[in-house]
Amino acid sequence: MAALLRQSAVWLIAVAIILILPVMVKSGFYITMLNQMGVLIIFALAYNMLLGQGGMLSFGHAVYFGLAGYSVAHYLNGVGEETLPYIPVSLIPLLGGLVSLGFGILIGFVSSRRAGTTFAMISLGFAEMVTALTLIVVTFFNGEEGIQTDRWIGPEPFGITFGSDVQVYFLIGVWCVLATAAMYALTRTPFGRMCNAVRDNPERVQFIGYNTHRVRWLAFALSSFFAGIAGSLHAINVEHVGFETVGLAQSGLVLFMVWIGGAGIFAGPILGAILITLLNSNLSDITEAWYLYLGLIFMIIVMFAQNGLAGLIVMHEPIWKTNLALFRSMFLPYVLGIGSSLVTAVGAIGVIELLYFMRTRQTAETVTHLYWMEVDAANVLPWAWSVAALVAGYLACRQTYPVMAASYSAAIAEVKAMVAS
Amino acid sequence: MSTPAIELRDVRKNFGNTEIIRGVDLAIEEARIHAIIGPNGAGKSTLFNLMTGLHPLTSGTIHLKGGEITNRPPYEIARSGLARSFQVTNIFARMSVFENIRCGMFWKRGHRYAFWKFANRQSELTEACEAILEQTGLTSRRHVPAGLLSYSDQRALEIAITLASGADVILLDEPTAGMSRSETTQAVDLIRSVSANKTLVIVEHDMGVVFDLADTISVLVYGEIIASGAPKDIRGDTAVREAYLGAEAD
Repeated sequence: MAALLRQSAVWLIAVAIILILPVMVKSGFYITMLNQMGVLIIFALAYNMLLGQGGMLSFGHAVYFGLAGYSVAHYLNGVGEETLPYIPVSLIPLLGGLVSLGFGILIGFVSSRRAGTTFAMISLGFAEMVTALTLIVVTFFNGEEGIQTDRWIGPEPFGITFGSDVQVYFLIGVWCVLATAAMYALTRTPFGRMCNAVRDNPERVQFIGYNTHRVRWLAFALSSFFAGIAGSLHAINVEHVGFETVGLAQSGLVLFMVWIGGAGIFAGPILGAILITLLNSNLSDITEAWYLYLGLIFMIIVMFAQNGLAGLIVMHEPIWKTNLALFRSMFLPYVLGIGSSLVTAVGAIGVIELLYFMRTRQTAETVTHLYWMEVDAANVLPWAWSVAALVAGYLACRQTYPVMAASYSAAIAEVKAMVAS
Repeated sequence: MSTPAIELRDVRKNFGNTEIIRGVDLAIEEARIHAIIGPNGAGKSTLFNLMTGLHPLTSGTIHLKGGEITNRPPYEIARSGLARSFQVTNIFARMSVFENIRCGMFWKRGHRYAFWKFANRQSELTEACEAILEQTGLTSRRHVPAGLLSYSDQRALEIAITLASGADVILLDEPTAGMSRSETTQAVDLIRSVSANKTLVIVEHDMGVVFDLADTISVLVYGEIIASGAPKDIRGDTAVREAYLGAEAD
């Protein structure tokens, strides 16, 4: 019983957080953000079935997100006009998932013959093709306007109408937990293990009896199914599906989320989806340079943290599992390292914001906000301070990072010694 | 004589204009250890690659236990009960030793593409993995990611994955390559212990290992088998001595 509790602790905590969050945040803004977060968590995990589990880099997975969204929007409209039979709105994501499963089976058969560059290019091709179709097949996609829909349809079982965003929040919450559990379970099956084997070494897989194309194809189809569930929830959530949901930007966003969170670790995409949604909702109002920052974060993670943010956390797991006291000797080097990173970031943000302001301002006004201050961008001081912080932070990083790395290595060496003895 | 485990008839293979395998006829008897030796570049690994479906044949036929497998894809040949190891270690680097071996078992034990059952719940798989871990001396390293193993442990894992399928015809491509003397001795013991009731074909450079293990030896020189027979006959064969063994066999 205790073991069972320990095993399911993470899931119980997740459910508890989902239940508590809407009580804590009353504002509509945050509920909207949480809804989006839940949708993107499912989408990111689905995408990672390809990238992290199966070793397939797709530039067009939004196709399966968006097509399910369109289908669900049409279905809801059909039920609203009483031309289609009713099923409870709570079950509609399953319908969207099946639509995407169908497309995944068809397109996956063609695209998953090879991994690597060939697969990536074919995924890009299909993404472009479907984006083009949104303008051509007007009856289904309705061009740039997209499809408007209404989730408040049919009877109201137990008084659930999905009229309010909070009700949709719980719908997304339930599906998020179900889909996450299902995708996690998949990694523990013979098929899931073989996905990893195909990722690590497709040549050898053939000599233990497996057709690599079949493994990838199945992974692709199942991943499309879950992407479809996410897309359906998106359609129900915002009651509109536009061409951007199938497009390259959406496909790129999910790639960013997964990579920043960490493709090699199951929870990585969840972390990435949460973080990017938080930043996206909050920062996009504050700064116009938001996408520049997103790109910078992505580049830094790609270059310095191969396993993403989750990887940075997991690499400390052996330490906290053996002896928490080991962190004591790491505290100061980490504070210094993180501190100098922050100084660099403050400087960089200062420079970027000032540049952006000067290049994009509409009036002759030169006074703007930088952090909490009002600064005059025509004055040399704010520039000087920002550049100084950037340079000083960078120089400090060059000193503190090796110390930080050394303290980590020392702790890991001690862990190894403890385990060996 | 019973049906050979593997039978090659006039097998030829060209890479571009170069003929690498030039009409090989070879019958490998069941439940024996058959070594293929020859100088570098004789085509030994190519022959393995043809038998296991990695490369298509230019002409000729290959039969496995009487059934034709010529130009079948590698996974179909593997399913018919032929397993192989590789000269260059070829494992699943990011997965644990245990997982590597278990992946080698899924197909033969009927789990195939199953996504509706947990791998850990299949206790017969776990037990079979334990047995192979024990046999190959990898038990203490079972949780280590395969990419972090020492070279000789990776070689042992290479053989362990090959054994995991339970195939009765096993091809080992230079199983002791790059090993120290004591590691080689261990590897030979391992190979002998797994060979009971199985057909083993090995490509090997170490003549000590070959003459120690093999029931039959075939000598491949420039894409042709120049001699085939028991170790003592091969040792005495003048053509072989000239072409390959030289003073080494004295």
